[in-house]
Amino acid sequence: MAESKPRPKIRKEAVPMPKQQPKVRAKNFNEVALGYTEEQALEEANRCLQCVKPQCVPGCPVEISIPIFIKLLKEKKFAEAIAEIKNKNALPAICGRVCPQEEQCQQCCVVGKIGEPINIGRLERFLADWERERGFMIPEKAPPTGKKMAVVGAGPAGLTVAAELVKLGHEVTMFEALHLPGGVLVYGIPEFRLPKSIVRAEVDYIEKLGVKLCPGRLIGRTYTIPELLKNGIDAVFIGSGAGLPQFMGLPGENVGGIYSANEFLSRVNLMKAYAFPEYDTPIRVGKHVVVIGGGNVAMDSARSALRLGAEEVCIVYRRSREELPARKEEVENAEEEGIVCKFLAAPLRFIGDEKGWVKAMECIYMELGQPDQSGRRRPIPIKGSEFTMDTDTVIVAIGRTPNPIIQRTTEGLAVTKWGTIVVDENGKTSLEGVYAGGDIVTGEATVISAMGAGKKAARAIHEYLMNKK
Amino acid sequence: MLIIGEKSERIPLTICGYDTKKGTVSFAFHEVGKTTKELGLLDAGDCIENITGPLGNPSEIKNYGKVLCVGGDVMIAPLLLQVKAMREAGNSVTTVVGARIKDALMLEDEAKALSEKLYVATDDGSKGYQGLDFLKDLLEKEKFDRCVAMGPVVMMKTVSETTKPFGIPTVVTLTPIMIDGMGMCGVCRVTVGGKMLFGCIDGPEFDGHQVDFEELIKRQRLFLPEERLNSMLWEIGGCACGRK
Repeated sequence: MAESKPRPKIRKEAVPMPKQQPKVRAKNFNEVALGYTEEQALEEANRCLQCVKPQCVPGCPVEISIPIFIKLLKEKKFAEAIAEIKNKNALPAICGRVCPQEEQCQQCCVVGKIGEPINIGRLERFLADWERERGFMIPEKAPPTGKKMAVVGAGPAGLTVAAELVKLGHEVTMFEALHLPGGVLVYGIPEFRLPKSIVRAEVDYIEKLGVKLCPGRLIGRTYTIPELLKNGIDAVFIGSGAGLPQFMGLPGENVGGIYSANEFLSRVNLMKAYAFPEYDTPIRVGKHVVVIGGGNVAMDSARSALRLGAEEVCIVYRRSREELPARKEEVENAEEEGIVCKFLAAPLRFIGDEKGWVKAMECIYMELGQPDQSGRRRPIPIKGSEFTMDTDTVIVAIGRTPNPIIQRTTEGLAVTKWGTIVVDENGKTSLEGVYAGGDIVTGEATVISAMGAGKKAARAIHEYLMNKK
Repeated sequence: MLIIGEKSERIPLTICGYDTKKGTVSFAFHEVGKTTKELGLLDAGDCIENITGPLGNPSEIKNYGKVLCVGGDVMIAPLLLQVKAMREAGNSVTTVVGARIKDALMLEDEAKALSEKLYVATDDGSKGYQGLDFLKDLLEKEKFDRCVAMGPVVMMKTVSETTKPFGIPTVVTLTPIMIDGMGMCGVCRVTVGGKMLFGCIDGPEFDGHQVDFEELIKRQRLFLPEERLNSMLWEIGGCACGRK
């Protein structure tokens, strides 16, 4: 009879992430989470049980071999550990920072059943940062296949597809509409959550793999997809992302001082308006900022507004705390910094001053009724509960609709009634050789789900390219 | 959309010419703020960070019959492209070119050569008609099937208001404040016929009779204090950050 070994005692609590103090960080754009030291990373890695049937791996949209990289980390084989991650994920420093691990790999972690799950994301980040500080290793590529591939959009989905396919020996050209690559990673997610130098470094890595990056090319305008296919491109992947911001259609929505979250964050992140006038793009943030919406974009906007000097920032959300779609960690971070959430309230109209700048917002209180199609309880206005909030800056963060340019300029491309592109389970669209993934297919979602879609599509594209005459 | 350097802003400019053989495009712009002043200082052969385009929907060029084209300031340059295209499509074109003062009037001779009839107007009357009041008399005398107006917002507003009672379909070209210029930020929103539309995706051409010009004028001026400050700092030789 086999003698059962005494089980090693596992620390139930995860090693906490070192962070900038709330009061300090609310005044700067430096990264909030500082990252594990080597000792902290080893301590956290040592909590991993190395399960024979790991539950974490199926939770990862890009299928990273989590226990293997953690084992290598434990053994201080950092180079091998990061190589293991990069085998599956070309953007580990980004994913380690912005993935909602608590809903993915970490949600299924066995240690999570007795205490806090292993902080897989923080370990991924540690290894990615370790490698970046020492210079990237460029893995070997498959011999050239002679196939040409165009990737539309240098965001999370496009970068993933490009990295996968270039490694398989295809010639990949990536078209980016903006002057900088990264998509939402550069225009949307703020510097204090994801430093732009890190995005730049990971994009550089993908370029070093051999991907040709062409910024300033808006596909659908500069060239159309049929034009690409006619000019020697064998397959196209569309990862053009989320587009136009949604507004509420309320009176006064076009007065000054009302920004869409996209505009606000693009000014701050892409154009670095927080450093105006060193950078030329201005932004004006008043004393009393209101953010409408409850997702991660709302949190990012609110926290950016605070860092730009707002005295008070209030998030107005029409449902209650339980329904907040933002990551819990981000809500905590925001509240620690002094952001106030006003639940069960929605705006009715905006009132401008004589100069055409917003001065107040009329709202109404809501109560929750029966669950709607999204499964969340539907907010219903409470009659007679109208109230007015003074505000001089409003940020509308209630979502985006797909950018319509490609759909309008690509004949035969099947589109849903919401304007998203129709694809099968492998990301194939209604047109031969044309694939799509990310927000342009799903509507607004996460960085990692876009990368997961890119990964799947890359597999299907590879097969298509290799079987094509 | 173009951006001069890493720290510059992105600005929309209307293309006013191109040469496919040489691979060039031309723009006409007013040196009003820091970005356009900086652009004006560049010499032949200098580089800018990025240029993306052409963006927006192509102009609608058809044989309408008799077309009135009204251009003001630097927008006369792109207007002339339309004049040319309208003529090539078989239209008879009457052109009006205008500016604030006589010395600011550009491309008058070119406009004359391209159009069947040319009228000139200035705000102060230093050349041609004073203001655009004469348009009303012109429309009473002659019947037009379409009007194209490109220029300062106030001018396009006046033209649209003048043509409306005559029922002449009037197309205006709007370039509101933009950041990406490709359907992302939403700052270029304009109210047209009571609906919210976007300059970059739905434009640049809109029905002049439906545009809420008052709102557009206010939105154009949203960042005027910052723009002035930045321009001033640049003129006195850069700001404390050391950047010229």
